[in-house]
Amino acid sequence: MRRLLQAMIVMLVVALLAFTLFRFVGDPINQMVGIETSIEEREALRERLGLNDPIPVQFARFIQSAVQFDFGTSYQFRQPVSDLFLKRIPATLELSFASAVFALVVGIPMGIYAGLNRESWVSKVFLSVSLVGISLPTFFIGILLIFFFSVNLQWLPSFGRGEVVEIGSWWTTGFLTASGLKALILPSITLGLYQMTLIMRLIRAEMLEVIRTDYIKFARARGLPDRLVHFRHALKNTLVPVITITGLQLGAIIAFATITETVFQWPGMGLMFLQAVQNVDIPIMSAYLLLTAFLFVSINFVVDILYFLIDPRLRIERA
Amino acid sequence: MSNKSFFVTALMLGCMGGTAAQAETLKYAFQGTLNQLDPYSLNETFTLGALGNAYEGLTRRGADLQIEPALAERWEVIEPNRWRFYLRQGVKFHNGNDFTAEDVAFSAERVRAEGSDLGTRINAEATVEIVDDYTVDFVLPGPNPILHYEWDTWYIMDKDWTEANDAVSVTSASDTTPNYAALNANGTGPFKIASHEPGVKTVYEKFDGWWDTATHNLDGVEFTPIGSDATRVAALLSGELDMVYPIPVQDVKRVNDNAGTQALTGPELRTIFLGMDQMRDELLYSDVKGKNPFKDVRVRKAFYQSIDIEAIKAKVMRDLSTPAALMISPFLYARAGEFERYPYDPDAAKALLAEAGYPDGFTVSMDCPNDRYVNDEAICQAVAAMLARVGVTVDLVAQPKAKYFAKVLASGGYDTSFYLLGWTPGSFDSWNILENLIQCRDEAGKGGAFNLGGYCNADVDALKDQILVENDPEKRDALIAQAYTIANDEVSHIPLHQQGLAWGVADGVELAQRADNQFVFRFVTKN
Repeated sequence: MRRLLQAMIVMLVVALLAFTLFRFVGDPINQMVGIETSIEEREALRERLGLNDPIPVQFARFIQSAVQFDFGTSYQFRQPVSDLFLKRIPATLELSFASAVFALVVGIPMGIYAGLNRESWVSKVFLSVSLVGISLPTFFIGILLIFFFSVNLQWLPSFGRGEVVEIGSWWTTGFLTASGLKALILPSITLGLYQMTLIMRLIRAEMLEVIRTDYIKFARARGLPDRLVHFRHALKNTLVPVITITGLQLGAIIAFATITETVFQWPGMGLMFLQAVQNVDIPIMSAYLLLTAFLFVSINFVVDILYFLIDPRLRIERA
Repeated sequence: MSNKSFFVTALMLGCMGGTAAQAETLKYAFQGTLNQLDPYSLNETFTLGALGNAYEGLTRRGADLQIEPALAERWEVIEPNRWRFYLRQGVKFHNGNDFTAEDVAFSAERVRAEGSDLGTRINAEATVEIVDDYTVDFVLPGPNPILHYEWDTWYIMDKDWTEANDAVSVTSASDTTPNYAALNANGTGPFKIASHEPGVKTVYEKFDGWWDTATHNLDGVEFTPIGSDATRVAALLSGELDMVYPIPVQDVKRVNDNAGTQALTGPELRTIFLGMDQMRDELLYSDVKGKNPFKDVRVRKAFYQSIDIEAIKAKVMRDLSTPAALMISPFLYARAGEFERYPYDPDAAKALLAEAGYPDGFTVSMDCPNDRYVNDEAICQAVAAMLARVGVTVDLVAQPKAKYFAKVLASGGYDTSFYLLGWTPGSFDSWNILENLIQCRDEAGKGGAFNLGGYCNADVDALKDQILVENDPEKRDALIAQAYTIANDEVSHIPLHQQGLAWGVADGVELAQRADNQFVFRFVTKN
């Protein structure tokens, strides 16, 4: 219960912060009309949108509609913001899912290998490559990939989602068509590279640690084959922190897909958010920030609950 | 290469062999999004241009921007205040409805209704009289020789369709329910809009019932907005798209060097210029206190003469600009050739400053957008460096357009001392320039609302009013010349250049690059 209350307070604070920030992004009216529109008409529009009301009034109005999941009408698209988000969510979730899979499927084996074979040159290559993944900015990696695989080799598309298939009333998927899958490759790598590096380094470090422990030594002494020792005993114990990190990083992937989506013109929420910032589309900006905050708060909430369920000590302390 | 004639620019229509046979889809990208489809919602070149492939006006403009008949076959001024338009018969909307005078009258009301951003297309006091099904009279409060100049982008909507779909009121951002006309289109143009996902993709289909003979050979068109410059250029280079625009000036060479693509360049109509606050008694952002140096024409002229426009053209614009002597593109004013820039002369500028009482120059802040015009921030930096040579210290404040316009326009209280702005007259006519940029204004912006510096000369304003009602073209041009001469002598503004257009086109695609930066599908052939 206390947790829930805390979560609500966090959401309110985010909303307030977001709302204050909008005072400094510029004038939305100029983005909504052509340059020749007269001053009187601009003022009339400002009045109709309620932008002349005192800030506390605007804030109260915003919160009131936000709790009913009504985020208003986008200034640019003249469409309800909730509809726009509903259309964009599948793209972002699919991209995030694909990058998470990429990060795990590539990161875990690389980490295991590097942990078991510390001195081999392949491990050293893995480590140096991962350094690149951590230090290069996302947009630069994206542009490099586009330059190499789209412009030079012409293997993969440089923008968009390819062909999408509609499932149900609002979900669209790129997983079911060849062009959709091809379009996923470059953005997923770009977005997942950082997480892949993180997971690989984490697993490597944990592996090195675990390999030195007594129970591994005993396992070896019992004459178990290497395969069993490595995968049954060592790997299993390294996975606990990895699962925690992956869970938290999933939130980060979804929230920070903004840059990747912009580079690849991926029609997700992040791209819409960035366009909204450029055009001072306040309803979209506030909805996006609230949504992101909600995502983080709920992930943290679930993680907390999980700890509570998994670790009996926490329950005893409370009692 | 950039000096291609305005009229030509790759206009080679049809006749490249069997136009009817192949089914072609053209895929193109632009940097901005097509936000919504209501033709009266946003008075902006790209939106109107994109919608102009589905909707049509009574007039249209050709590849060289000449006014042509479209939904009106012809028109005449039967009395000075009464214009008669004879409508084309047999024209159908995309949904099959007939186009009649009712639709024109309806569109004339809707375009002037609350929420419309195109209210200036027709004078609020003008009335529309239906003579018969295919004849419409426009009765004006006074003579207006340029009544129809902007009507190529006043698109005619279907009365029945709009009413049936409850879309009579113009789509506005203050709406709480989505407007049908914002997501659907029903025009008379050569292409139907088959689907529109705001900010993602818009698909056009050829309209078989178009009244005119199609010179394009397209079956459909797919538009994607791509905001990132690098991605947009890459999508063209990789062959995924047939056409992208704009190409950043620094990538023009790369697009030309690449096999299979070329950059099409030409002058745009927009004039980029500098303005100075000549209204306040003391500048807001300067170390000169108690007086306003820009009130002295010598200071303004000194600023003008210290700018090396050829250097800006060569270094900043990579030759993709045309230095300007007037506030209007030479394509839009027949007598533009008679005007010349003040020569670049730093010594003369220094002498003028000394004469005006600023031998050591002074400090002033300059406002500049950094994402609005081609290399806008770089131009301002160059100007600052050039002014430094004559002793003027410029503090450059470059900001994104959203913040920049909020500061310098009327809504921000004209909060600037020295600024850079660009302007294309929507009517393609000088009166628009005089009305918006040069006319006197008061502090709230009544008058020349975009005359940010507040230059004011009653003679110019009087000429402007005469120009508005003068029906004789030659006399009119003479009056315009007089007005420009005064403004020029008094250095009301410092015109810099017309920026260049740069479109990236794949080989095999022929199109017309219009100087207003509209991409018109009916001029396209793809092989």
